[in-house]
Amino acid sequence: MMGSFESRDGTVYTETIVHSPPEQYAADAPYQLAIIDTDAGARVTVRVLGKERHELARIGDRVSFVEERNGVAYYRKI
Amino acid sequence: MRSVAIIGIGKTAFGAFPDRDLRSLAVGSIHHALTDANVSASAVEAFYLGNFAGPSFVGQNHLAPYIGTAAGFEGIPCTRFEDACASSGSAFFHAWQSVAAGVYDMVVAAGVEKMTSQSTPRVTEILAGAGDMSGEGRAGATFPALFAMIARRHMHQYGTTREQLAAVSVKNHANGAKNPQAHMRKVITLEQALAGKPIAEPLTVYDCSLISDGAAAVVIVPAAQAQRYTSRSVRVLSVAQTSDYVALDCKQDITLFPAVKSAGEKAYAAAGVGPQEIQVAELHDCFTIAEMVASEDLGFVPKGEGGPWAAAGCSAITGRLPINTSGGLKSKGHPVGATGVGQICDIVMQLRGDAGERQVARHQVGLAQNLGGSGATCVVTILRAA
Repeated sequence: MMGSFESRDGTVYTETIVHSPPEQYAADAPYQLAIIDTDAGARVTVRVLGKERHELARIGDRVSFVEERNGVAYYRKI
Repeated sequence: MRSVAIIGIGKTAFGAFPDRDLRSLAVGSIHHALTDANVSASAVEAFYLGNFAGPSFVGQNHLAPYIGTAAGFEGIPCTRFEDACASSGSAFFHAWQSVAAGVYDMVVAAGVEKMTSQSTPRVTEILAGAGDMSGEGRAGATFPALFAMIARRHMHQYGTTREQLAAVSVKNHANGAKNPQAHMRKVITLEQALAGKPIAEPLTVYDCSLISDGAAAVVIVPAAQAQRYTSRSVRVLSVAQTSDYVALDCKQDITLFPAVKSAGEKAYAAAGVGPQEIQVAELHDCFTIAEMVASEDLGFVPKGEGGPWAAAGCSAITGRLPINTSGGLKSKGHPVGATGVGQICDIVMQLRGDAGERQVARHQVGLAQNLGGSGATCVVTILRAA
């Protein structure tokens, strides 16, 4: 995905917290997964960082792009 | 196009069978179907097999002739169909086309999956391959996670509640408890369903279908020839298969599946019946939310009202439209490649009046809906008692 960090920020369309991960992500669980609508107009599936309840994003929350690792985009609730 | 009839059905029980391999399960279901149809394997002209992930689950490829020769088919075309959890729905659709088009006069469509020899994390990973592994899969989306995100959105847009989702699970477990071929014959309470271990929030273990072994098969012929073999045939009024994006994040509104809606519309039009004329249905409840969304997409209930409808008991065996009288994927089990043909077998049993204590009162017209992935493939079949 191209563009500035700002245009990669977005709004949560839907989300879940995964407790039963696939084998390759066993060490990450539980983790939050979200589909977000970015300000640039893309709808993408991303990870939301944080383990505490107040860090988790809900539908309609704003999230900012943190980094991309191994093709996965990581976000944080604003 | 010729009218087509199902003259024989065969199913193994669904469950965890450490002593049965994939081939013996499939052959068992085919032999049951041939016996039920009063025909021998040598009369079969083509074999269409649905299987999602035999190569990953048990390390075996080239499954259709591997199973077909063991079933006694003699040199006929044997082909495997893979459309995720709609693999055998797809096999049935193509088998039906070949008979309807006049290519063959007798065809077997079957489905099989052998899943329980792998650990749950490994099964979760194999199943995730039915999603888009370059995007959602890489981000860590399991199938429970994809349907959990659908559930969250449905709750947000329509006010659907955890209790309404759990009601679907309670109903399907009550039905499955009465099905001698079901994987988990266990009645559960609403309290149990709500207190289940979280898998992908808001879904708990009681919202998710089972990891199962099993196989199912049907024998089909032109309807005009059905009487030669049996007086218990069931008419295939229509079959429709549709497709859509594999990735959930490609969809505009994830609370509905366009592939299900269009498969339903095509099947209703071809059958000459509407949703209000369906008397019994097997819907693809890989997750509780999936049954709810399918009941809306197929026109049984207005959009967004699937939750209150299910919670009010409208889809119970004694309700206005009984759904998943077999126990559904939740309680009967979900050997993914076998599910589509398995649902058709369950509807045939109801239309024949053979469903025992699960028998519905009105059983002239039934519908089966088989879903692949998070809505990328859908097969809808409408059947009528002969």
